[in-house]
Amino acid sequence: MRERRHARLRHARFDDLGLRRALGDRMLPLLVAAMTFLAGLALAGSAAAAALVRHWQEGAAAALTVQVPTPADPAPAAGATRLDAVLAALRASPGIAEARALSAEELASLLRPWLGGAAGDPALPLPAVIAAHVTQGWADLTALRARLAAAAPGTLVESHGVWVGRLALLARSLQACAWLVLALVAGVATAVVAVATRAGLAARRDAIEIVHGLGATDRYIAVRFARRATLLAGLGGVLGLLAALPVLVALATLVAPFAGPPSAATLPPVLLAGLPALPLAAAAIGFVTAQVTVRRWLRRLP
Amino acid sequence: MVRLDGVALHYQVGRRRGPEALRDLAFRIEEGGFRWLRGPSGAGKTSLLRLLHLTVRPTGGRLVVFGTDIGAATRAELPALRQRIGMVFQDFRLLPHLTAFDNVALPLRIAGRPEGQIRADVTEMLRWVGLARRSGARPAELSGGEQQRVAIARAVVGRPSLLLADEPTGNLDDAQAERLMLLLKEMNRLGATVVVATHNAGLVARHPGPSLVLEQGRLVGDA
Ligand SMILES: Nc1ncnc2c1ncn2[C@@H]1O[C@H](COP(=O)(O)OP(=O)(O)O)[C@@H](O)[C@H]1O
Ligand SMILES: [Mg+2]
Repeated sequence: MRERRHARLRHARFDDLGLRRALGDRMLPLLVAAMTFLAGLALAGSAAAAALVRHWQEGAAAALTVQVPTPADPAPAAGATRLDAVLAALRASPGIAEARALSAEELASLLRPWLGGAAGDPALPLPAVIAAHVTQGWADLTALRARLAAAAPGTLVESHGVWVGRLALLARSLQACAWLVLALVAGVATAVVAVATRAGLAARRDAIEIVHGLGATDRYIAVRFARRATLLAGLGGVLGLLAALPVLVALATLVAPFAGPPSAATLPPVLLAGLPALPLAAAAIGFVTAQVTVRRWLRRLP
Repeated sequence: MVRLDGVALHYQVGRRRGPEALRDLAFRIEEGGFRWLRGPSGAGKTSLLRLLHLTVRPTGGRLVVFGTDIGAATRAELPALRQRIGMVFQDFRLLPHLTAFDNVALPLRIAGRPEGQIRADVTEMLRWVGLARRSGARPAELSGGEQQRVAIARAVVGRPSLLLADEPTGNLDDAQAERLMLLLKEMNRLGATVVVATHNAGLVARHPGPSLVLEQGRLVGDA
């Protein structure tokens, strides 16, 4: 039994259909290499967008700015200034991690680019500015606005989260595009393998009919094509990956300062895991496409 | 073993139904039987052998081979049946990129025989047809007669239950033709059912046997 199995395996390597010459051994790997290269870029784009979203959401998203006009006036609730009332309300709100009023000097230095020397003029009726940080996942801006306006009417709350949300949406759209590109590239790779397999079938029609007449099953014939297509597509995948790697490392170096600590000039872990999968996916596309194409073609024989 | 009832064959020419190559064939061949298949060129001898080889399906009537109704059989059932049939094609149909040895070994490899047994059987078979020393040659390096003998060896090597030969002596000299007839008769004596298409009247005269006679796709003689 084992000997028989072994013999079958050896037979499967026997090139009785002459496929070594018939199944495009230059065009197929090169086209699949190009597809893999594009897939690598798309994967990198997706990973980069994901990294940026994460970074922005951890950083800027957590920031709130609150402006309190005429901060020194008494608040509606007796016994406190408007600024103190807002600070107290803010600190008592759920999801606020930290709140601190900017000092007069900090405020002046913020405004100097616009107001010049007048920024330090104590006669200028400047609002007080509170910088606050929120905890992760906090979102209830409307409730906070109502609460602070009750403490001191006219108080303005600005969340950087709105901008981050828009940027995150943009990044997520980019990610979706990247996945779309991946799907397209897989589709084109499938078409390339199918066309090459059909050309191989046409070129070896006589041999296939002879082998079929000698009692070969569809499986016997399909396995031979699939072996060859898997090998060539896998080879193309490896070539494409090798071509994409230097480009990706260069891009990662450019993106690193925006996306994380300055030392992180290597490829992100998601990408490191995804890239080796590309040649495997190319090989799998080669195998499945060749099997399906050959078996469908063979139905024309009795 | 082989039974035909009203069998017809239309070739498909493009998308349309081509001319009727065989019409209303009815005969049977018992297990271990021998038949000459005779008739003028174009009578349908090759077409009938293709039917018996299960590489075309009848377009009418009922064809039973090895007890299986071929018209009703699924595609998946046919390869195992074909492995029990040996066929010598008129145009040899050898694989051009394979050596004589690998061409003869092909049916055994397709049947999944162990490589050790294949080597012995193929070597023995090539010796039988006088090509032991040409086993490494490709078809293009062989003469017509040598190619025909490779085709014969390939048809016989798997010890088929049904052996079909289409003008197998066409490229052979008289001595080689006699040797081939000995081989076919020996296979027949060992139990194979044998059908040999020929228009070589001398050969039939030297080896008398029952004949199926075709004319314009019809059976005109069965004796
Ligand atoms: N593949 C084919 N397609 C269409 N017609 C065919 C095909 N093969 C044979 N024919 C036709 O079928 C008839 C019988 O041919 P064939 O079986 O080759 O006869 P024979 O072998 O007795 O010379 C002929 O008219 C021939 O033209
Ligand atoms: Mg003929």
